[in-house]
Amino acid sequence: MSTGMVLALIGAALATILAGIGSSYGVRVGGQAAAGVVAEDPDQFAKVLILQLLPGTQGIYGLLVTFITLSRIGVLGGTPITDTKTGLMYMIACLPIAIVGLVSAIYQGKTSVASIGVVAKKPDQFGKAMLFPAMVETYAILALLISILSVTNL
Amino acid sequence: MNDLDYIFAVARIRVREKSLLKDSDIAQMITMPSAEAVMEHLRAQGWGEGLGEVYTPEALLSSEEAKTLALMQELRLDPEFLLILSYPQLFHNLKAGVKETVTEEPHPGAFFPLEDFGREKILKILKEKTYDQLPEALRELAPKAFELMLKTRDGQAVDMLVDRETLSAMEKAGSASSNPLFKNYLQSTVAYSDIKIAVRCRKMKKSRAFIENALAPSSLIDTKELARAASESEDEFYTFLRRAGYEEGVEALKTSASAFERWCDNRLIASLRPERTHSESVGPVLAFYLARMNEIKTARIILTGKANGFSEEAIRERVREMYV
Repeated sequence: MSTGMVLALIGAALATILAGIGSSYGVRVGGQAAAGVVAEDPDQFAKVLILQLLPGTQGIYGLLVTFITLSRIGVLGGTPITDTKTGLMYMIACLPIAIVGLVSAIYQGKTSVASIGVVAKKPDQFGKAMLFPAMVETYAILALLISILSVTNL
Repeated sequence: MNDLDYIFAVARIRVREKSLLKDSDIAQMITMPSAEAVMEHLRAQGWGEGLGEVYTPEALLSSEEAKTLALMQELRLDPEFLLILSYPQLFHNLKAGVKETVTEEPHPGAFFPLEDFGREKILKILKEKTYDQLPEALRELAPKAFELMLKTRDGQAVDMLVDRETLSAMEKAGSASSNPLFKNYLQSTVAYSDIKIAVRCRKMKKSRAFIENALAPSSLIDTKELARAASESEDEFYTFLRRAGYEEGVEALKTSASAFERWCDNRLIASLRPERTHSESVGPVLAFYLARMNEIKTARIILTGKANGFSEEAIRERVREMYV
């Protein structure tokens, strides 16, 4: 296996690993808060579940970038990489979603916890409360776009 | 438990905060015609569930205190927090126990009904001199207070010793705590208590040495200066308090001692309010516990006032501001 192939695989793996770590943290803290609300008021289950799941999307974005990368570097399809430069470029292309996915999922989890607190006190404010963690998602989507555009245009 | 482990507990607290009494509830309760009407209002708010036929004011308030304590234990609040917050009742029980053991005159009503250190347990420990069964903060104090009572038979001297040691233990716990909310609450409580002691000593025209001896060390107020100012003129005393940052407290003091106590409690509750927006620390859980104790204390003031025929104005002067 060429050095370029190794670098491209590292990039693909990082996209899933880092974004997945961030999402698992975000969903964990959101789940703890959601469970606390449901313990006192089970009627809020659906609302707090949505808020808990919001930080889970970064993990999916990471997975998507990994799939696209693998399908282009000769693992699930495409042409196998033979030179170091191309491999390095694939790795760099994966980094936006890997890094931004990690950080944004952690912050989104924290924001979800705060929004779950809003729903706990004022269930009728769910619509507004959901917007706050959804805002954090914007940056994960931007990073996803850049990673996809980069990987598909190499 | 680290801060992240409190996320579940804080979310539960957020739901529970909805059932806390508001200032408007308190205002409504003050205007009610009798203690019975206040009790009914509290029952409608969910107080006293499971009390059944024994629906007396004391049973109602005790059951609410026990419910709050049980919730804190369920949320796995560090027992050390609860132990330290119960110091005033715990030390009071020691005081009552020492007096009862030495004078051999039973006063069951003088004790707080604490689960671990109620009347029977305290009397047993004092009689058998098994002081090591007491919490650490009381172990050295218990034989000292016992000896003092035995030698002097002076209940007031024992009160003074134990009261000072209560505050010293709270100050020590506050200084050692890494939780800023808990630290501030304990240290502020000690500072306010020292001022209240100085005010009482002033009224009784006690000497500077006596006041200095009665005050507990505080990290928020210079107790030596407080004792000096309290032993001098009223103007000097108020000037010292203003300089120390208690300007509004001086205005409350000029009204009455109870107005000052109310001001102190309101300041403590105000210092807890930022916790309403925190979600990843023990702070909101602690703040909820203290807020519950504050509303139970306020309900007690209203019920006692109504039962004794106090005017609405007199009750209003004493009730505390609520957390929510």
